[in-house]
Amino acid sequence: MGCAAGKLPIMNPIAHSPHAHAPISIGKVMATVLLALTPATLFGFWLYGWPAVNLWAVSLIAAIVGEAFVVRLQQRAVRPVIMDGSGILTAWLLALSLPPYAPWWIAVLGSLFAVIIGKQVFGGLGQNVFNPAMAARVMLLISFPLEMTTWVAPSQAPGLLESLRITFFSQPIDGMASASLLGHVKTEFTRGIGLDQALAGYYAPMDMLWGSRAGSLGETAAVLLLIGGLFLIARRIITWHAPFAMLLGVAVPALLFNTIDANHYAGPMVHLLSGGLMLGAFFIVTDPVTSPNTALGQFIFGLGCGLLTWVIRTWGGYPEGVAFAVLLMNAATPIIDQYVKPRIYGRDRKGAALAVKKES
Amino acid sequence: MKLFDLRGGVHPEGKKSLSVERHIRPLPLPKKLYVPLQQHIGAPATPVVNVGDKVLKGQLIANAQGAVSSSIHAPTSGTIIALGDHVAPHPSGLPVPTVTLESDGEDKWVALNAVEEPFTLAPEDIAARVAAAGIVGLGGATFPAALKLNLSRNSGVQTLIMNGGECEPYLTCDDRIMRERAAEIVEGIRLIAQAVAAKEILVGIEDNKPEAIAAMRTAAGDGEVKIVVMPSMYPMGSEKQIIQVLTGKEIPAGGRPADIGVLVHNVATAFAVHQAIRFGKPLISRIVTVSGGAIKTPCNVEALVGTPVQELIAFADGYAQPAARLVLGGPMMGQQFTNTDVPMVKGTSGVLALMSAEIGQAEASPCIRCSTCVRACPVGLLPLEMAAHIRVADLTGAVDLGLKDCIACGSCSYVCPAHIPLVHYFNYAKGDLAAQERSKLKQEATKKLADNRTERIARIERERAEAMARRKAAREAKERAAKEAAAKAEAAA
Repeated sequence: MGCAAGKLPIMNPIAHSPHAHAPISIGKVMATVLLALTPATLFGFWLYGWPAVNLWAVSLIAAIVGEAFVVRLQQRAVRPVIMDGSGILTAWLLALSLPPYAPWWIAVLGSLFAVIIGKQVFGGLGQNVFNPAMAARVMLLISFPLEMTTWVAPSQAPGLLESLRITFFSQPIDGMASASLLGHVKTEFTRGIGLDQALAGYYAPMDMLWGSRAGSLGETAAVLLLIGGLFLIARRIITWHAPFAMLLGVAVPALLFNTIDANHYAGPMVHLLSGGLMLGAFFIVTDPVTSPNTALGQFIFGLGCGLLTWVIRTWGGYPEGVAFAVLLMNAATPIIDQYVKPRIYGRDRKGAALAVKKES
Repeated sequence: MKLFDLRGGVHPEGKKSLSVERHIRPLPLPKKLYVPLQQHIGAPATPVVNVGDKVLKGQLIANAQGAVSSSIHAPTSGTIIALGDHVAPHPSGLPVPTVTLESDGEDKWVALNAVEEPFTLAPEDIAARVAAAGIVGLGGATFPAALKLNLSRNSGVQTLIMNGGECEPYLTCDDRIMRERAAEIVEGIRLIAQAVAAKEILVGIEDNKPEAIAAMRTAAGDGEVKIVVMPSMYPMGSEKQIIQVLTGKEIPAGGRPADIGVLVHNVATAFAVHQAIRFGKPLISRIVTVSGGAIKTPCNVEALVGTPVQELIAFADGYAQPAARLVLGGPMMGQQFTNTDVPMVKGTSGVLALMSAEIGQAEASPCIRCSTCVRACPVGLLPLEMAAHIRVADLTGAVDLGLKDCIACGSCSYVCPAHIPLVHYFNYAKGDLAAQERSKLKQEATKKLADNRTERIARIERERAEAMARRKAAREAKERAAKEAAAKAEAAA
């Protein structure tokens, strides 16, 4: 039975249901996350001036060019990979975790490491085990400890010309070097100075909240990061489980030990507002690729990240622990996914069919 | 009434306002009707008419065949002009055995066996009349209704649930039938309840149908039929989900609603039951929603089974603009079709002509493990993990993750930001799995036959050897006896 051409008004290939889709795409997800990061980033730009802008721009350009190059080597289409925005997000997060006056090659090396070794080597988007931005940050921290821990206190921002010299010719800025709060506390401990003295004149909660302090480009404005995170939760891009658990994982032991010995252990507010915790809680541990895929799994993952962060900060060799904690928990993600699964309808937790029950 | 929590689910844009205010109108009598012999789950019906036969409206034209099947009746009066293949309402567009009926324009009913006092009928009698009327589940699954009644009557029914969820976007046929024919539906529900001796009757209707809820409440009065308002969510109208939300019970994996003392029927099925028992009318027509952005005047029509879909689209004033996709059923679980010559069947709830903006189709990109699908799955599966296993042809891994528990509702595909056709993966894998299981059964059967043959040959050889041994023994015994006799004779001599 031949079908005359006129009887087939539609010549599209056969498509499977559903014939409808939620108005969402990977590009939109990434764009929303970038939007959520923008206030904290702009604040960082304002706080640290042009060097911060340079560093951010260099990070993004290096990531885009580097990713395009390796995707080309794999003979895959470049455009969709760049347009999905994941490489840009990675570079952006990395830039926010760098000292704002770091030299340009730190940003380039970090970005290339993140998108090439951290992501494309594993097979590209969705395949990597470790968070690329955190892997790059840890690589930089271990390889270039000096450049990665030279902080500046926010003061009068340098002019554009001077900023180019800072970023591209590694010109040291006299009298501006400073230490982040956690680094300062750690140094003072080694000198036998207790927490009460170490914090005196260094820890001002309101400054911490609003970000007027030494630190990475984007980690200082705790409130703006929190707002960005809450925006993502409201837009259902992330859920509260991992961020909340991470903050809990830091705050609970901090409170406990601070109550026992206030002179040796910083309190929960110091921990919550310092270092990369807010950035980590809302933008790093919520990375879908490297975190578990159930709500409970994400909670466990976040809790682990928080506890490890606190342990490394308190007893580890480095003043800051978010990046290390995240990488360690990334490695645990597959095993969390193996053991934490939703209960299937009509089955018990172990997967056996429910018993046939009847009421008479 | 207290409702129970449901896992997952999605909230697609309803789009019901396109057609919801349009009254059900009968479609003008088509000139030709193409009635497929299989419009239900189970075996196709066997035709009992021949080409050239004159039939009356409602006359049996094909008989149920085997345990799971359903009868088919003439949708109008006229002449059978063909028994043969016609394009099927299926994405493949492949032909299926079909009875083609040319209408004589008189639409003359066969003599009907009406029942004056339907509530005096015995349960078995109700089920028998439902079977004779060729009623199948009109919610979309098209399982023979009488079979379900008989199975449930035998196992006992605590709760009869009537599904008025209609959670698929665009579709308004159940909403309209509940608004316009509530009294008939309620009587049909009570007849179903009588057929299975149900102790409790719940009619679940989504809260986006306030007029239907009001009409059904009025019709039900203070009687045994309880109208329950459920939140609007997809897939609320899925059998497993509506049971869970109304009773808190779950069907055990691999089981049936009867296992937990529940029977679920669609409200439109109740109307068909009412028509069959009260007036003796078989199921030959149904309400269909013709809608979608590409349809000029979306509407609800009552159309005869076998009507070419083209006539329904024409009745809705045709296309407002070129359709990007044509769908039978709702957009979430409906099937695409390309040939508008296909007939509508008992299970056709909607005919949709969608624009590309409504479909939201895009190239699939890599999975970012965002687990939106995990949150959307009403069953508690891990769609992303199942798809990863299926992608590398690891069906066992997918089954271990619960592939067989997937209800194919499409919620995961709907929400996937990477536009991965997850439910397509699962249906493909289920098909592959079924093929594997069939081939395994076949292999086992072959092996059994081969084993039987080997055993048979061995037995024949053994028997032959034994027979030879017996003969040999007998011969030897004879010889020995002869020798002994000779020896005796010699001794005697």
